[in-house]
Amino acid sequence: MKFGVVVFPGSNCDADCYHVIKEVLGQEVDYIWHKQTSVAGYDALILPGGFSYGDYLRTGAIARFSPIMPAVIEFAGQGGLIIGICNGFQILLEAGLLPGAMLRNSSLKFICDTVHLKVRRDDTAFSQLLKQDEVIDIPIAHGEGNYYCDPETLEELKRENRILFTYCGSDGEEDHAFNPNGSVANIAGIINKQGNVLGMMPHPERCSEPILGGMHGRKIFASMLQFMQGVKC
Amino acid sequence: MKELSYKEMGLTDEEYGKIKAVMGREPNYLETGIFSVMWSEHCGYKNSRPLLKTFPTEGPQVIQGPGENAGVVDIGDGQALVFKIESHNHPSAIEPYQGAATGVGGIVRDIFTMGARPIASLNSLRFGSLEDARVRELLSGVVAGIGDYGNCLGIPTVGGEVYFNEAYRGNPLVNAMCVGLVKTDEIALAVANDVGSTIMIVGAKTGRDGIHGATFASEELSEKSKEKRPSVQVGDPFMEKLLIEACLELIKEDLVAGMQDLGAAGLTSSIAETASKKGLGVEVDVLKVPRRETGMSPYEVMLSESQERMLIIPRSGAEDRIKAIFDKWGLDAVNIGTVTADGVFRVREGEQIVGEVPVMELTEGCPVYVRVAEEPDYYQFCRNYDLNSIPECAPQEALEKLLASPNIASKKWIFNQYDYQVMTNTSLIPGDGDAAVLRIKGTRKGIALVTDCNSRFVYLDPYQGGMRAVCEAALNLACVGAKPLALTNCLNFGNPEKPNIYWQMKHAIAGMSAAARALDTPVVSGNVSLYNETAQGAIYPTPVVGMVGLLKDIDRRCDMAFKDVGDLIVLIGKFRDELGGSEYLSVCAGLETGRVPEIDLNEEKSLLQLIQASIHEQLLQSCHDISEGGLAVAVAESAIKGNIGGGIRIRSNGARVDGILFSEAPGRVVASLKRANMDRLVQLVVEHGVEMRIIGAVGGDHLVFDDDGREIIRLRVTDASGLWGEAISCFMK
Repeated sequence: MKFGVVVFPGSNCDADCYHVIKEVLGQEVDYIWHKQTSVAGYDALILPGGFSYGDYLRTGAIARFSPIMPAVIEFAGQGGLIIGICNGFQILLEAGLLPGAMLRNSSLKFICDTVHLKVRRDDTAFSQLLKQDEVIDIPIAHGEGNYYCDPETLEELKRENRILFTYCGSDGEEDHAFNPNGSVANIAGIINKQGNVLGMMPHPERCSEPILGGMHGRKIFASMLQFMQGVKC
Repeated sequence: MKELSYKEMGLTDEEYGKIKAVMGREPNYLETGIFSVMWSEHCGYKNSRPLLKTFPTEGPQVIQGPGENAGVVDIGDGQALVFKIESHNHPSAIEPYQGAATGVGGIVRDIFTMGARPIASLNSLRFGSLEDARVRELLSGVVAGIGDYGNCLGIPTVGGEVYFNEAYRGNPLVNAMCVGLVKTDEIALAVANDVGSTIMIVGAKTGRDGIHGATFASEELSEKSKEKRPSVQVGDPFMEKLLIEACLELIKEDLVAGMQDLGAAGLTSSIAETASKKGLGVEVDVLKVPRRETGMSPYEVMLSESQERMLIIPRSGAEDRIKAIFDKWGLDAVNIGTVTADGVFRVREGEQIVGEVPVMELTEGCPVYVRVAEEPDYYQFCRNYDLNSIPECAPQEALEKLLASPNIASKKWIFNQYDYQVMTNTSLIPGDGDAAVLRIKGTRKGIALVTDCNSRFVYLDPYQGGMRAVCEAALNLACVGAKPLALTNCLNFGNPEKPNIYWQMKHAIAGMSAAARALDTPVVSGNVSLYNETAQGAIYPTPVVGMVGLLKDIDRRCDMAFKDVGDLIVLIGKFRDELGGSEYLSVCAGLETGRVPEIDLNEEKSLLQLIQASIHEQLLQSCHDISEGGLAVAVAESAIKGNIGGGIRIRSNGARVDGILFSEAPGRVVASLKRANMDRLVQLVVEHGVEMRIIGAVGGDHLVFDDDGREIIRLRVTDASGLWGEAISCFMK
């Protein structure tokens, strides 16, 4: 399987994602420069974290106008798997591939930490190697991860079972006390209607090897791989 | 902009006279400005150079010592670490957010200028008391500035230190360290080799910000300093990120003959330093320098400290390829001049020559001052203070107070604002071990990084304190399993023209040199920040040490957390109980005095080797050096990190219990280990000639200390954790 990591000016987790795909999963992977206009030949795309264009206007707001984005949107429309991590999630929101918007963390501070997430579905392309209601530990690092959407959209996300990850306590307690950034309904990651686009604030690429203190992230990438192999075989 | 006199630029009458003699005429305004910044302490090290020459700078591990943008040490496999620490104190005192942010920007440029990929940042910070609202504001601003800049660059901020003391009330210290990884055959130097080479400027456009920043950094802070806010630059981390990627692409393609960042004193200093190495000259045209403001004079262009700019001297014929790479990253690269043979720094404004200065006079010609050193009155007074006259504080109460002291308490509030994991190398995160550990991808190796300086010790006894900073940094590295390789330092002192301050500098540097020699950790780079004074007086002398170490096998690293019930707790090193200069005296008696516990460098060396060997043989479960707060705090921190208690027995035999519990005497470590490993550890201890005693065992949910059976402390680990974990965030709410 061949992954593409889209690189915007200011992306800074591109090399980390590349490393996991190549060295941990042992799959083919390329960087895709944002000025390219095609994603032909790739089985899955990663929009990595970072500060695209310095995030000076609003996170992800300028990146969505990059020349590569029409191809990314088309790829999504054709059912290709896309995972947007942190700034990548913010770009997916700005590009309209996922609903909602990102606000500054309620603390008004950047936060880097490891948090607990509850896995709400194990039947998606991104979570089939995880278990429903499993609690996973995963690093976060963001200044604007306070996910917001209007009540109707939230209802829709819930009704369509599109909330994939929520912040929780170590035993899965779904209390606002475990919400690091103030996001609506403790949302950490959501998928689109078709289930082929995931946006998440936490960083799975930072917990895909034992030396970094965790392996839960690897299961997310490995789920994508297994899903693609299953579909294509 | 109002014209300044040479005195306002920071030059003395004598120095101005020397400039006239060198020039053979009156220098014009631009030329005077060029001399004034190049001869400032910040650029010219005129008060510190003779002392800096006493540092050991060589060793088989050293690839590049002082004199370049950063030092370089060999880590094997054709790889090297490039590192340096630098101050941004004065700007941060006036404008904490931008001051700290641009401090990070500057040190990161020093690293990638050498062709290295920056892989980690650390910072060493000093503030006044957190009781003070202005200090809390400074801390918030500095931490946000460091975080926002480093986070955006995607360089993890993995370690450092923060101390609070009234001595820094009006003059905080912000020292930033950066470490880069480079292939030894890709190291780039800041040197102009060939006459006729083009000189290019790339990155941000030049504005009026930061003019005379280097001069500002070389004088005392006063009420008037606030007026110098325009001397503080504004950072653009996104621009810097693009510069990093573009410059590293140039190096990969071998397109660059010389590269230099524009830091203090801007174009002036980077051009002078690049040209002077081979005794060449330079001609630049200020009209070609891209500007973001109109009507800038040659003086303003040459002295601007606008951030995120680089000077590139291309290899012959590489200009077009270089422009193409910068274009890919959306950056302009502009030819502004050429390297000449005549040794003259010539500035043009179009056709007109607006300044001509001999290059060597700017660098080598900088005056050097050996100041008068005089022992201050406080020194003997503090040394002879009778600490036995101080009543003992109840052990439990003292431990609780110490755990909640901001100097000891968890720095989580701070490092949670730094992305410490990006680049996915951080294998020991901030607070988990005595030093940060990063893996080197594609190898089994790891590197360990730390900064250290207990400035209270340096104040009370500069020689001992200087030694201590080096020894403690080395011990921190050993405690995570690394062999210390080399160090960088940031020498923060008051006004060197004052004999008591110069005395502090002289003795602190002598102490650091002695320790660096004994431990084989040469000084490969550094920075000097003097004039850290306000109307209230000078800061504590603060020579911060940044040290790097190597782990051959990163799987054999060690953190500070107690692990399993039944593990034995040992005190490795001499049994000592001196309280001079301790945090205990400060917190419990309100005193910062006493004789600083002395260091035996031979003992330090043996201890370092023993700890490295023990961790390499995987004998230890946890390892933590004894520093602020003494034995009791070291044990408590290991318990808190492991979320498990422990029982400790001391035997005072009628001596002072507080000395045993809270002494910060050097050369000591608290470790825990499985009982099965004890025999082998004892063998190693004997082989290395180090003392060791078993002081307790891990287990339970309390920290319990007894004095030969009489319980003196009983503290629930979760309570200790609360005190230690929340102290700083409570202040900052």
